Amino acid sequence: MTSTTTRAVVTGDVPKRAQRQRVPHSKGASARERRDNIAAYTFLIPWLIGFFGLTVGPMIYTLYLSFTSYDIFSPPTWTGLDNYIRLFTDDPNFIQSAKITLLYVLVGTPLKLAVALGAAMLLNYRDTAASFFRSAFYVPSLIGASVSVAIVWRAMFVTNGPVDSALSFFGINLGGWVGNIHLVVPMMILLAVWGFGGTMIIFLAGLKGIPAELYEAADVDGAGPFRKFRNITIPMLSPVIFFNLLLETIGAFQVFGSAYIISNGTGGPAGMTNFYTLYLYKRGFTDGQMGYASAMAWVLLIVVAIVAIFIFRSSQSWVHYAGDEK
Amino acid sequence: MSATLQTTQAVVTGNAAPRRRIKRSTWKTVIWLVAMIVIAAIILYPLVWLTLATLKPSGEFGTNPGLIPEQPTWQNFVKVSQGIAGVPMWRFFWNTIVLSVIATAATVVSHALAAYAFARIRFKGSKIFFTCMIATLLLPFHVVIIPQYIIFNNLNLIDTYVPILIGKFLATEAFFVFLIMQFIRSIPRELDEAARIDGAGHARIFFSIMMPLIVPTLTTVAIFTFLGQWNDFFGPLLYLTSPENYPLSMALKMYNDQTSVSDYGATTAASFVALVPVLLFFVIFQRFIITGMAAGAVKG
Repeated sequence: MTSTTTRAVVTGDVPKRAQRQRVPHSKGASARERRDNIAAYTFLIPWLIGFFGLTVGPMIYTLYLSFTSYDIFSPPTWTGLDNYIRLFTDDPNFIQSAKITLLYVLVGTPLKLAVALGAAMLLNYRDTAASFFRSAFYVPSLIGASVSVAIVWRAMFVTNGPVDSALSFFGINLGGWVGNIHLVVPMMILLAVWGFGGTMIIFLAGLKGIPAELYEAADVDGAGPFRKFRNITIPMLSPVIFFNLLLETIGAFQVFGSAYIISNGTGGPAGMTNFYTLYLYKRGFTDGQMGYASAMAWVLLIVVAIVAIFIFRSSQSWVHYAGDEK
Repeated sequence: MSATLQTTQAVVTGNAAPRRRIKRSTWKTVIWLVAMIVIAAIILYPLVWLTLATLKPSGEFGTNPGLIPEQPTWQNFVKVSQGIAGVPMWRFFWNTIVLSVIATAATVVSHALAAYAFARIRFKGSKIFFTCMIATLLLPFHVVIIPQYIIFNNLNLIDTYVPILIGKFLATEAFFVFLIMQFIRSIPRELDEAARIDGAGHARIFFSIMMPLIVPTLTTVAIFTFLGQWNDFFGPLLYLTSPENYPLSMALKMYNDQTSVSDYGATTAASFVALVPVLLFFVIFQRFIITGMAAGAVKG
């Protein structure tokens, strides 16, 4: 009984089918239930070991370590809330790291989503060579996080590099972006935006799913392109926007490899690429302050959880599902 | 598609003359095409630049930011083929391939097993574990690495591939479980019900019926795992200490650390060499990559 309901909830099955499968409670049925339970947990053995051994266990241990001072060589010593207090009152590097990471997330993610949506709409506009353009736009997202691209990106933005020369040609003399404390975060944001292709593909699939009748009806009513975009495209895409917003935001908090490579692991210039996870790594694994790094990890977890809850909550007012009259 | 567009446009402009309608639509296509070519050129410029920059002598990097090398040379590739830190280049390639192949095989099997259980078997606790699985999708990886490092350090597994690969055997990539689940749900349940009536157990249904049917989504998962492992930097940075165990990403880090100031040429060529297999892979499998990704996400 309950398991049928559960399954219907989990799989989103139509109730009719669930009804049909409901067997009278007999010995045969409960034997089947037992077999199903055994089978399910057998299939899930790897996942269960991973979930408890590599995720839940370590999470709890990180929480414990965050209240200690620990350098991996000698046993952890309990220090209470010291790490957390130090983080927020006595560590300007942490505050700066949190600030640039928030800047990166708050500017980079919406920008990336907007570019991805714009590109998807452009791709959806005509069919000429569409698959070529789709691939061309998509490729960077596959390699954007790689070390190779981080190296190339730095080469693009150094003094007298391709970007600097191109801008100088138009009379904009910014110099190199890599060593400039004002331009290095925008440079990192551009790298993130450059990898818009994966998000674009998801938007494109969403756009293809919008019935053409909606636009045709709007045309009959005399709606212009902007109104169609606002009143049809955005609401119809809102579940996809929600999905992308959630995953991209959480992903952006965890930027690491490119910041590491571009700054040679230092987080420079002046800590402007010292993104949260890079600082966490340096504290934990370079300086051997595992307790302190654990506190940073839990602060990150809490911030990400708050952001996720905020996005979920807000989604009730702007995400529309097909067939929903809201 | 284009027929719909033209009709749409006729309605918008209220233009009845067929000749002008076609002309106007053609103009729009031309403008669109030019815009698309410009955007594609900007997006692909760094990759084209990288490809040609591999032929520039190191001294040219400060003076010639353009595409075309003034004094092209193969010297960078010769240097790269000799490797770095006493380890030949083929060794980094081999390590990367070993890591990526094992990761791919393990990921496909372990994630398919979990996805089947969640998508098809009714069991006590399915709802709570499913919620837990989805929650791990949102979990920042850094919350678990410190204890993981401590565990593997205590087990003397630092500088082996075990810490990097173990998660692949244990279905820790929630997104892939979800992707495969979505695909399994689209398969008519009648197929496995029929098999059950014929007396097949879940193991039989999974291996004989489900596995062949979900090959497309498993291919997508395999490709993304392969590419993800190929590009992975954090795992090797954390766990590998000797250069002869390094994959390409760490070899590139060595180029970046040691020689970036003096030897731009070799660093650029090494970056290119590491990137080429990924790009070839994309060209070969792009159909699976693009459709597989979109399908899972949109249905979700």
